[in-house]
Amino acid sequence: MSRKRLQQLTESLLRSARHFNRKEVERLIKLFNTLAAESRERFAAAAGLDRNMFRNILHCTFGMMDDMIMDRVFRAFDKDNDSCISVVEWVEGLSVFLRGTLEEKIKYCFEVYDLNGDGYISRDEMFHMLKNSLLKQPSEEDPDEGIKDLVEITLKKMDYDHDGKLSFLDFEKAVREENLLLEAFGPCLPDIKSSMAFEKKTFQDTPDL
Amino acid sequence: MGAALARAAQWTSAGAGRGTLEITPLNESLLNEIIRFVEGFSSRHPQEAAFVFREPLEWRTQLGCAAFGAGYQGDGTTVQSDAKSKDGQPLLLLTGSTIKVRSFDQLSYLLHIAMDKKLKEAQACLEANRDPIVNILGPGYGTIEGEDMSMLHLLDKVKKDDDPETEIKMKIFILLSQLDMQLLNSSLKHISQEVRLNPSAVNNEVNLLKHFSGKGEDTVLESLEYTSDYTFSNGCRAPPWRQMHGEICYLIIKPHDTDPLCVTCSTAGVYLNGGKLKEKDDIDYERKSDIYKDIVTFLREKSPKFVENMSKQEYNFFKETASEKYYQHMEAVDAEDSGQSQKPYDYTEKTIYEKTKSSSAKSKSADSKKLEPSLKWKNIVRCATYSDKVTKKDTEHGRRRSSASKKIKKKTTSISPEAASKCKTSEKDEEVSESSSETEEDEEQPERHQEGNIDLPSEYWQIQKLVKYLKGGNPTATVIALCSMKDFNLAQETCQLAIRDVGGLEVLINLLDTEEIKCQIGSLKILKEISQNSLIRHAIADLEGLQIMVKILESPDKDLKCLAAETIANVARFKRARRTIRQYGGIKRLVGLLEPIPVGSSALTPAQAKDFAIARSGALALWSCSKSTKNKEAILKAGGIPLLAKWLKCSHVNILTPVVGTLQECASEQSYRRAIRMEGMIEDLVKNLSSEHEELQMLCASAIFKCAEDKETRDLVRQHGGLQPLSVLLGNTENKQLLAAVTGAIWKCAISGENVSKLQEYKTLEALVGLLTDQPDEVLVNVVGALGECCQEQINRTIIRKCGGIPPLVKLLTGTDQALLVNVTKAVGACATEPENMMIIDRLDGVRLLWSLLKNPNPDVQASAAWAICPCIENAKDSGEMVRSFVGGLELIVNLLKSKNKEVLASVCAAITNIAKDEENLAVITDHGVVPLLSKLANTNNDKLRRHLAEAISHCCMWGSNRITFGETKAVAPLVRYLKSNDPSVHRATAQALYQLSEDPNNCITMHENGVVKLLLAMVGSTDETLQEAAAGCIANIRRLALATEKAKYG
Repeated sequence: MSRKRLQQLTESLLRSARHFNRKEVERLIKLFNTLAAESRERFAAAAGLDRNMFRNILHCTFGMMDDMIMDRVFRAFDKDNDSCISVVEWVEGLSVFLRGTLEEKIKYCFEVYDLNGDGYISRDEMFHMLKNSLLKQPSEEDPDEGIKDLVEITLKKMDYDHDGKLSFLDFEKAVREENLLLEAFGPCLPDIKSSMAFEKKTFQDTPDL
Repeated sequence: MGAALARAAQWTSAGAGRGTLEITPLNESLLNEIIRFVEGFSSRHPQEAAFVFREPLEWRTQLGCAAFGAGYQGDGTTVQSDAKSKDGQPLLLLTGSTIKVRSFDQLSYLLHIAMDKKLKEAQACLEANRDPIVNILGPGYGTIEGEDMSMLHLLDKVKKDDDPETEIKMKIFILLSQLDMQLLNSSLKHISQEVRLNPSAVNNEVNLLKHFSGKGEDTVLESLEYTSDYTFSNGCRAPPWRQMHGEICYLIIKPHDTDPLCVTCSTAGVYLNGGKLKEKDDIDYERKSDIYKDIVTFLREKSPKFVENMSKQEYNFFKETASEKYYQHMEAVDAEDSGQSQKPYDYTEKTIYEKTKSSSAKSKSADSKKLEPSLKWKNIVRCATYSDKVTKKDTEHGRRRSSASKKIKKKTTSISPEAASKCKTSEKDEEVSESSSETEEDEEQPERHQEGNIDLPSEYWQIQKLVKYLKGGNPTATVIALCSMKDFNLAQETCQLAIRDVGGLEVLINLLDTEEIKCQIGSLKILKEISQNSLIRHAIADLEGLQIMVKILESPDKDLKCLAAETIANVARFKRARRTIRQYGGIKRLVGLLEPIPVGSSALTPAQAKDFAIARSGALALWSCSKSTKNKEAILKAGGIPLLAKWLKCSHVNILTPVVGTLQECASEQSYRRAIRMEGMIEDLVKNLSSEHEELQMLCASAIFKCAEDKETRDLVRQHGGLQPLSVLLGNTENKQLLAAVTGAIWKCAISGENVSKLQEYKTLEALVGLLTDQPDEVLVNVVGALGECCQEQINRTIIRKCGGIPPLVKLLTGTDQALLVNVTKAVGACATEPENMMIIDRLDGVRLLWSLLKNPNPDVQASAAWAICPCIENAKDSGEMVRSFVGGLELIVNLLKSKNKEVLASVCAAITNIAKDEENLAVITDHGVVPLLSKLANTNNDKLRRHLAEAISHCCMWGSNRITFGETKAVAPLVRYLKSNDPSVHRATAQALYQLSEDPNNCITMHENGVVKLLLAMVGSTDETLQEAAAGCIANIRRLALATEKAKYG
């Protein structure tokens, strides 16, 4: 990549991903290039990070476990839906992922949780996302009963317009009231330790030359 | 059957021997059951019915021989059955009135022929055979209290040998134990319906009925009296040997329409007894009527007039019981509240609030946001509605007892082994060193009635479900459950205790120990709320939650830190918690939370706002912790003072309040007072006196109150213009806590003369005088203290008189609060130095009041009163006469010379000096032995006492042979040594005393021997004329004696 292009890219990204400074953007681009190269080698994918590579990063670097959620995070990063994360998507995505404001994060999380992308988180979607969240008790007759109950509890708490599903407005209002509900249906943001570790590794450690 | 008979049946005599079964409904039904069982036995179990008893059942029957029909042979007095056992014994044998029966066949036949005497026969049989099973099956099957192993025993036997008899035995035994169960069950039903009266219930009812009794047509009864006025400590009036039978008391009730009724109230109910025995002062205790559940029901049966008049009174009657109960309960609640509440003044308002609350609660209380009303109002409502059901009272009684025992348990847990082992420093040491400010709070051993298992609120089940999800969920489910739990009204005690009772606290605290920040935050958000409840606080400490929270204070997540500190602030309201926090290094971390340096008052960035919130939570926690002395030291060591000083400069009330709160708590320590002055915090404290927030004002005033013990601080307060805002705050008479702090600050500031003149400018004195009435003691102590200080200046004494301050002051002399009395006596004494004031005091009999305070057990009060008496005697007209008029007064004051307290002694000496100025009084106190008592005190190093003692001695010399007596009681030699003291006022008083004593030649010799001349010669050169004169006079007396001796020798 030519120096000039890199500079252009950096300039434009500095505008779109507001939470990073120039040096940080440069570092992220560099990291992307390394990863993309690795990705090409291992998975023979075209320019950018493919799903597997990205999931690998989410898992190893940010400690995410849930396949479905990781898939959804990939989708959220992959704005143009080409199953590949470009450098722009990478930097912009990380901007929210690591340093997003509450507003940005709410939007991002809602996107992740809205599995079918219809603008609502429905009962089924919640059930789907929460289904592994309770320890199965062998004594219980209906193993899903607890989950269903949990879904009802969540709806009761978050469904302000009482239409049986969460709109973005519902979600936003609930999260603003209680920040803990931001990741109500599964972790889709890095926890403070891994994000600090990532930032440290990426932005500080490596000497530039 | 055995168990039922032993436990359920009511035997008349509790003692040994053969008791009789009482005819009570319960026993009757038991007997009927047994009869039914026996009668049907031979037809239902023919094989078992033929079984021959091990021993015959033997009792005295009322059946005659004639009653027996075919199958029996009789010869007039004896009857025996044809049926015989294997060894030839007849299965039934009647000899005279004694009958022996050996099988169920015969038993059921017997009952059959007994017809209507069945009950009597069964009763007689059971009375004679207390455990029939033993007779039937053998002693191995006797009824044993506790675990019944005989069944297993028997089973073993059956297995071992195939004896058919054992098998039958087994069957019989099983049948009998079935019967036993049945009997127990039915008797349980009976018992549960039965009324159990207790002394207080009876007493309440009697009092109530008395209320409606008396002469006249409308009353329900003519009279109603206890037979005995003596009440035992358990509330019963019956003699102890009758209490054994459950009897509570005896009443003589005179209804309008029948003869007087003599009534027994027992735990079983109310019934008519045999009445008073004529010749003896005793009662025939036998029951003569049915048992009624209470007196009212009893009277309804006995007296138609009662019923008639009752219906007129009914409405009032029940209303009164209800309200009476209600108020009783409210009082209890209040008492609890005052123990709990940190603000003792506002609890009356609270009461009103709760009262209205509880009445509205009846209708609907879903939205009640009040701290803990839920369980309480339930009690109240219940009491109100069921007040006529005596049973309820009984349960209430039981509950109270259980809550008392719970309390005791609490106390023991507070020194649980776990805590003891953790405490590295010795516990005792700690107890002593804890500062006074925490005492009242540490008594906050919570007492709340926890309703047993009756109607748990729906919240309980919902919370239980959520706790289940907390336990069994992954972090996501946990967070959802936590958020949902947070939506309950956690300020409500029901919810708080529900969380505890379903094991939620353990889970919440475990969550703190995880790595999941969201779970930790959610858990802390709940803990923060529920730790408002002291029960929960103690539980959190017991579960070692504090240790984890202290650890969390180091977390990188700011929200988490903040919540942990806030929760710690709540939990640290009792001593053990504070100690734990310190021992786990919490103080240092909390001080660390204050680290970010505050910014100006400009708008905060979000990051700054967060730092700010953290600092605030840290300050809140420190405030709670600073109630323990050792924590104060720890805060100092952790470098907390400079940080607090920096935050004190900021202008946000949110943080100023805890910061000043911590400071004022710590200001009890000298080191802090110095630091507060040196760090320039006085200025900020003064500045915040003008804050808009009363709490902050109060805390600042309180800090100044404590710090102004030091003179430099008092000057600083004045220099920073603090006196004016303080004076202004006196106008706020509503907030008593604020008023107490402000008046305290004024009091301490007024110790400096410059401050007094400033205060004069602000007309503070007038305001203070206005506060002398209708204020709580906490305020009065300080107001009077301030007045006492101001009165050191003459002009102020006049001002006080002019604004009518003296009468209320004198009136306060009758108070009981020791601290207040010390200050009042001081103020009155100061006022008395003005003759015009003295006239008023005298007129109000103030001196007598002061004098009677000499009897107060507190030495501070004694001393202060004695000091105040001095100016009174000096300035009163006819003071000698006045003093004499106090009967026993002089003896009282002379006897105070036996006190051990130096201050008391000095003050009493000063008072005696003044008393001795009147010759007649001097004579009286001499008679009371003042001279030897004074002499005894002579060996002292206390200059204050020396001075007043010397003065007292010099004045007491004026009477009779007192001079000689002083010499004889060896007062002279020590006095000479006083001249070596460094205090000039001691010199003067001593010289005068010596001058007086030197009138006696023997004293002169003693003085001379002790080298007085050289010392006195130095005194002659003093600039103090009185001292000069006295010293010279004394030397002259000694010299004259020497000359006279010489003359006598050689002349």
